[in-house]
Amino acid sequence: MASFAGDPPGALPKAAWVEVHSENFLCDGGVRLAMLDAVAARYPVSCHGVGLSLGSAEGLDEQHLARLSRLFNRVGPALVSEHLSWSVTEGVYLNDLLPLPYTEATLATVCRNVMRAQDAFGRQILVENPSAYLSFPGSVMREPEFLARLAERTGCGLLLDINNVYVSATNNAFDAEDYLDSIPAAAVGEIHLAGHSVTGEGISRLLIDTHSARVCDPVWALFTATIARIGPRPTLIEWDLEIPELSVLLGEAAAAQSILDGKAQVNAPDAAHVA
Amino acid sequence: MSLSANPETSALELPELQLQELQRRFRASVLGEDDGPVLPLVAAARGPVAARIAVYRNTVQASLTEVLAVAFPVTRRVVGEQFFANLAGRFATETPPRLPQLSAYGGDFAAFIEREDVGRRLPYLADVARLEWARGEAYFAADAKPLDAARLAALSPAEMESTVFKWHPATRLTTSAFPIYRIWEVNQLDVADIPRVDMGLAQSVLVSRAGSRLVTRAVEPADAAFVRATAAGENLAEAASLALAVDAAFDLQRALGDHFINGTYQDWET
Repeated sequence: MASFAGDPPGALPKAAWVEVHSENFLCDGGVRLAMLDAVAARYPVSCHGVGLSLGSAEGLDEQHLARLSRLFNRVGPALVSEHLSWSVTEGVYLNDLLPLPYTEATLATVCRNVMRAQDAFGRQILVENPSAYLSFPGSVMREPEFLARLAERTGCGLLLDINNVYVSATNNAFDAEDYLDSIPAAAVGEIHLAGHSVTGEGISRLLIDTHSARVCDPVWALFTATIARIGPRPTLIEWDLEIPELSVLLGEAAAAQSILDGKAQVNAPDAAHVA
Repeated sequence: MSLSANPETSALELPELQLQELQRRFRASVLGEDDGPVLPLVAAARGPVAARIAVYRNTVQASLTEVLAVAFPVTRRVVGEQFFANLAGRFATETPPRLPQLSAYGGDFAAFIEREDVGRRLPYLADVARLEWARGEAYFAADAKPLDAARLAALSPAEMESTVFKWHPATRLTTSAFPIYRIWEVNQLDVADIPRVDMGLAQSVLVSRAGSRLVTRAVEPADAAFVRATAAGENLAEAASLALAVDAAFDLQRALGDHFINGTYQDWET
């Protein structure tokens, strides 16, 4: 929620909705929460969580659920989302979205946790596919199949992060188009796009989901194909590090919008440059 | 059933107990203890799998170091960027967060500094970190109605004396044998040559919230005694006499005026 030079003072920025990280607003009071109140009074808010640890074998932290419920009651979010990952084990919080083996037992665990969360919040949540840097030989199903079954069994929706699909597909050598085609269209409630960074060369080459760059061309192409298949969805471009000039961000947003409006084909990246 | 990457058994189910075990092993690896136990459970499409695990470890370590750097900017400036990164990295490994809420991470950092060599070499450093933590707590603390000037003015002298002033939820007092306010203050300056600080001075620092503004100010020992007494539930007369015992020149009117302006106290309940 940064302000940018060039915005007329006092004018409300034009935005369809605003997404925040839920865990950044679990404070008791102060300026930060007051700012969120002001935003929530003017825009629909999406609360995107990073700390619930839906994949924890030991179940969810009831106190964290209660803190999140309190925030959601205050903000009245239009969307609530979390990740298909884990970060908590035995009371220790590892500040990252850690990967899960896709087994029947994991599915049972995540289903139980998602249902507990939806029960505590009294609403549906969206579950986002993470970026993966490794895989588990013990997995018995592919990630889209896992997500489809999770949505079917819990009634949760999906937050489809197309950059994460591309990053995982490159790192773990699977077909991103095939993945996206396996995602049940009706379950998708939101889309994330982002840029990533590249490290290493040859067999060491790895894509890292850093949210620090423009959306790359293959991700624009996957996004275009996905929208053509499932129709438009609320779409957010994540950019958290090395934030560029506002015009670059607006260009990315305009490119995404033109694809959502069905006006752009695969030349979307060019549209991003004109803003 | 044992955990194995053997292709014969890899397609078998990982029962729930084993998901817990996998998470335990992953944690050990991410916190830099040992990669060994988790390696048989994970795979890379190409290249060494240890490099893949390292991505998660680096993210956890770098992000926690960054969280501490933001929460303790003066501590960081005093010891230098490199030294701080090392210190924060060791703290993160030793004391990973217990709450998935990073604004609450770092409360034990000052005590950690005290146990470290640097805490002995720079004996004021832990108190500087305590002051920075107090500022963070004040920033995120609950809102409350500030003292009402009209209500205060309507009190008779006797009513005034028996009133118990209640701290605003954001109020924090940090007391030190070192000039921690002065150290904090000179490190706010964006200059390469930081002025010298007289290390003989002991300082108490009061952090409070006046509206949306975070106030950080040094208070005299008598005023610190007054503020501490009110926190312990003493009424105005008792708190004032404790302050006067510290310094006979304590000016209650002036102190109250400052506390009013700076939001130290909240409105009292009737």
